[in-house]
Amino acid sequence: MASTGMKQETNGWEPRIVAFFCNWCTYTAADLAGVSRLRHAPNARVIRVMCSGRLDPQFVLEAFARGADGVLVGGCHPGDCHYMEGNYKALRRIRFLQRMMKDMGIHEDRFHLEWISASEGEKVKTTINEMTEKVRALGPLGLPERFVKWDEEMDELEHTIAAQEEALHA
Amino acid sequence: MSYLYFPGCSLRSTGRPYEESILAVFKKLDIPLKELEDWNCCGATAYVSIDENSAFTLAARNLAIAERMQTEGKPAQDLMAPCSACYLVLEKTQHYVKADEGVRKEVGDALHRGGFDYKGTTRVRHPLDVLVNDIGLDRIAKAVVRPMKGINVACYYGCQVVRPFETFDHAAYPTTMDRLVTALGAKTVDWPLKTRCCGGSLTGTIQEAGLRLNRVLLKEATKRGADIILTCCPLCQHNLECYQKRINRRFGESLNIPVAYFTQFVGLALGIPPRELGIQRMFVPLKLAIPPVKEEHAHA
Amino acid sequence: MPENNGHDAPRVGFYVCHCGHNIAGTVDVAEVARFAGTLPNVVVSRDYKYMCSDPGQELIVTDIKEHRLNRIVVASCSPLLHEHTFRNATQKGGLNPYFFQMVNIREDVSWVCADGKAATAKTFDLVRAAVRRVAHHHSLATKHVSIHPDVLVVGAGISGIHAALTLANAGKKVTLVEREPTIGGHMAMFDKTFPTLDCAACILTPKMSAVKNHPNITLWSYSEVTEVSGFVGNYSVKVKRKPRFVSEELCVGCMECIDACVYKEGKTPDEFNQGLSKRKPVYIPFPQATPQVVLIDPDTCIEFKSGRCKKTCVEKCDRNAIDFKQKEEIKEIKVGTIILATGFKTFDAKRIPYYGYGKYPNVYSSIEVERLVNASGPTGGDLVLRDGRHPKTVGIIHCVGSRDRNTNRWCSRTCCMYSLKLAHLLKEHSDAEVYNFYIDIRAAGKAYEEFYDKLLEENIHFVRGRVAEVTDWAARPEEEGKLVIRVEDTLIGVVRRVPVDMVVLAVGMEPQADSQDVRRMFNISCSTEGFFLERHPKLAPVDTFTDGIYIAGACQGPKDIPDSVAQAGAAAAQALSLIDAGEIELEPNTAYVVEKDCSGCKSCLAICPYTAITRDEVKQKAFINEALCKGCGTCVATCPSGAIRQNLFEDEQIFSEIDGLLQDRESVSTGG
Repeated sequence: MASTGMKQETNGWEPRIVAFFCNWCTYTAADLAGVSRLRHAPNARVIRVMCSGRLDPQFVLEAFARGADGVLVGGCHPGDCHYMEGNYKALRRIRFLQRMMKDMGIHEDRFHLEWISASEGEKVKTTINEMTEKVRALGPLGLPERFVKWDEEMDELEHTIAAQEEALHA
Repeated sequence: MSYLYFPGCSLRSTGRPYEESILAVFKKLDIPLKELEDWNCCGATAYVSIDENSAFTLAARNLAIAERMQTEGKPAQDLMAPCSACYLVLEKTQHYVKADEGVRKEVGDALHRGGFDYKGTTRVRHPLDVLVNDIGLDRIAKAVVRPMKGINVACYYGCQVVRPFETFDHAAYPTTMDRLVTALGAKTVDWPLKTRCCGGSLTGTIQEAGLRLNRVLLKEATKRGADIILTCCPLCQHNLECYQKRINRRFGESLNIPVAYFTQFVGLALGIPPRELGIQRMFVPLKLAIPPVKEEHAHA
Repeated sequence: MPENNGHDAPRVGFYVCHCGHNIAGTVDVAEVARFAGTLPNVVVSRDYKYMCSDPGQELIVTDIKEHRLNRIVVASCSPLLHEHTFRNATQKGGLNPYFFQMVNIREDVSWVCADGKAATAKTFDLVRAAVRRVAHHHSLATKHVSIHPDVLVVGAGISGIHAALTLANAGKKVTLVEREPTIGGHMAMFDKTFPTLDCAACILTPKMSAVKNHPNITLWSYSEVTEVSGFVGNYSVKVKRKPRFVSEELCVGCMECIDACVYKEGKTPDEFNQGLSKRKPVYIPFPQATPQVVLIDPDTCIEFKSGRCKKTCVEKCDRNAIDFKQKEEIKEIKVGTIILATGFKTFDAKRIPYYGYGKYPNVYSSIEVERLVNASGPTGGDLVLRDGRHPKTVGIIHCVGSRDRNTNRWCSRTCCMYSLKLAHLLKEHSDAEVYNFYIDIRAAGKAYEEFYDKLLEENIHFVRGRVAEVTDWAARPEEEGKLVIRVEDTLIGVVRRVPVDMVVLAVGMEPQADSQDVRRMFNISCSTEGFFLERHPKLAPVDTFTDGIYIAGACQGPKDIPDSVAQAGAAAAQALSLIDAGEIELEPNTAYVVEKDCSGCKSCLAICPYTAITRDEVKQKAFINEALCKGCGTCVATCPSGAIRQNLFEDEQIFSEIDGLLQDRESVSTGG
């Protein structure tokens, strides 16, 4: 079940990264990257939240469960949060979640937190580029497919057990 | 606290007084020094300008030996190199082996063939740094039996202990030696030429250039009232000390100022007999009145 | 058009904007419109050249009516730019404006991705996400807050003074708070200003006097803001008024108490004169200080230190203005808008030991020289050095601390011009040989280049080269007793030693030492250099990201007097526009508690930095005060029961966005 670095020869597979950007800093910086025409990898799909503190760990889990290959969270630098401390709360949750995800067998490069301030358009570009490459090297995570497979395995197991029971009672 | 000790070639030849005084001072302060086994020449500044990788390898062999000499489970022993050139070459090698992948690979391969597996843990130190920052001025001041009152010292650092890495002091206005000298009871001369080049090997190759550089230092120190110049590098000491008559002839000066190693000065303050410090080897005799040993230490 | 509350079946109108060539040049907008039309709930799907234009918005208005749409999605530029525009269009069509969702396919897609195929694929994902999200939107009422008409201006240098006067003249009540005992800031210290060589005091003192006498301005000097709370239009501010130990009402500024002081002469370095002279414990920063009231320094006054002074000052004062018992006062005011004009500090030249500042007595910083040449300065305008000599040669070193990786990377913008000014003034005062050592001459303002030209004719020497060091070591007899400036003259390619009597360091401009504390207190941001951050470097230079708080002058970045005054006017105008509008709309993205789901666990109470969450002890449930909630959503993510929700950022809305982004994923083999 380990998902470390198995590069797949999938046809034209591109890493799909779900990004949660806070409105005041990272989202603004991403806009700045756009305004400055700083081309970067198109693999990130941005969801805007007001503050990184809004990030519920369930969002991250949902993203992976639905098939994201990576999740990126962007917030204000510590001390600069527009809402004072939201990013500290985000940091706490994310660090804990990262540990959990690792235990679950998801490679740590797939879930990344980056502090990006409103003037750091360049950083948005490098962060997305770097993360895309890291995830590309790891290959697709493909959790939805794995869920289907596990369900099939469970079904098979059930049938086998049922057959054995029948044989016993026969 | 104990240290591995890298004498380097100079300290066994023209820099004899430096070694004599270092060993005597560290013995007096009860700090064990263990000489590096089978050490080789560091290559000094010359080799690095000819072939960097070979030069780094040559120097790194000493670093590898130092690492090998560490005792498992005991605190790490830093490698102390008194000669400023040795100090800089070893420190520079250590720096690039850690920072540059290419250097690390080349040096690592070469060392490997010599039977070494250098992990990069050796720390290179200069005795000025060790005395003032590890042992501490308090401990040294307490050990002083002959306060060097009334002596004006011009502290001369040369360029290699402070540049380019500024490991323990400022690149142009260092104060470590000055603070040490003050703790010994002497006065320091405030002058802006503490790290101005002494000419290095120029006194041997293009002597006119070397003499001019030395003349500036000697003249300014004298002008500002220094009784003695203290150095921490054998080549600086040699350059400043040995050409004063020649400079006088060539430029019409009347320079006559003693130049000693700072460890010799420390040794005198600690009450070590001058002969054990190599004072008799000085070209310009140490004429300054050596203050008497303090009353309460008279029996020492 | 019936207002629905979002529970009926969604009927989505989708619009993708070409934005001329900006989006359509990369993204296949026709395909996007076609694709969107196939999504569930989408009733209308169009592409149009410029959605933000009037006809574009009209499309939305018309479609809502004709097709009974109840949700709108527009894929165009960044919501930070036009979300408001399209919400208005939605509202014009008769729909609650919050039934609108925007997709950023310009800043986020077409401008950063050159590959049309990849850009279009990304757009498909983002569009799908938005269409799914908008189905979960609810109607919300826009928050309106009224704007208190009073204004707080912090800092009374030229910027603060100008802003305060502009607002006061417009009829608004202004509280002007200044930390120092006098207003005037740095400008009050200057002698002449470039390029006109106007006397700084002559042009400043009328404005200072106007501030003092204006009926609409409350001037609190020797005071500091200590606490700020509230939100745009409704700020509560606490101001600490430090005790002068002299009554401002009674003192007339005759200064006889200073003459009468038991100290025969000053012993404390005079702050206003940059330490070049000494003052007594009872003092006034300079004779024309505003307010014209003396003050007593409790750290050096004998009465405070021992309680046994003869108090000749009290004897002399026939107004009984001196009051040793005066206490610090905390005042509270309510204002709607705040302008920060807290100015700058000069770079501390001690950080560059190579220039000898603090070591050699005849090395001066430029601000010290401003006082030296000033007729009301410590030497009455006589150019005399610390050792009593009159300099025959002077070296002015440009860019001290600026344009330097080791200290400050930015250019401080004013130093070239003030160095030229000082060169002129020094020559005028002493007929010394003056050298300017520069990297570039930055003379970009109006009449600045002409000023530089004029100086070239005054026989001032210009050496292009960054000074390496200032030393007192003499290499030649003519250098004895002088300070030698070592520099490479890059125009002739030679290293020079220039012996001078006096060195002037053109120190750069930096943020104030406490700028981080100040900006946290007001909840605004700073840029990486530490200056207050403007909302947009070109289009909003005096706004901040916090509504209702504006910045002006050198606290926003190094600048000269004309630019400071311009910014102060701009900030005042922004404040006026808000005040005169009377109210402002706030995004209704506040959090709320669904009581039936709240377990009373109290996890959320400590989370809110605005203390918007309290516990209703009777119901044993959490309660959120909507007026205090700023909408960060941290409590929403904290609540273990999911009882706290956030308007506009509900869990189900975000989950649907996530699902929408990933829904089309091709099945990929993973090899287990």
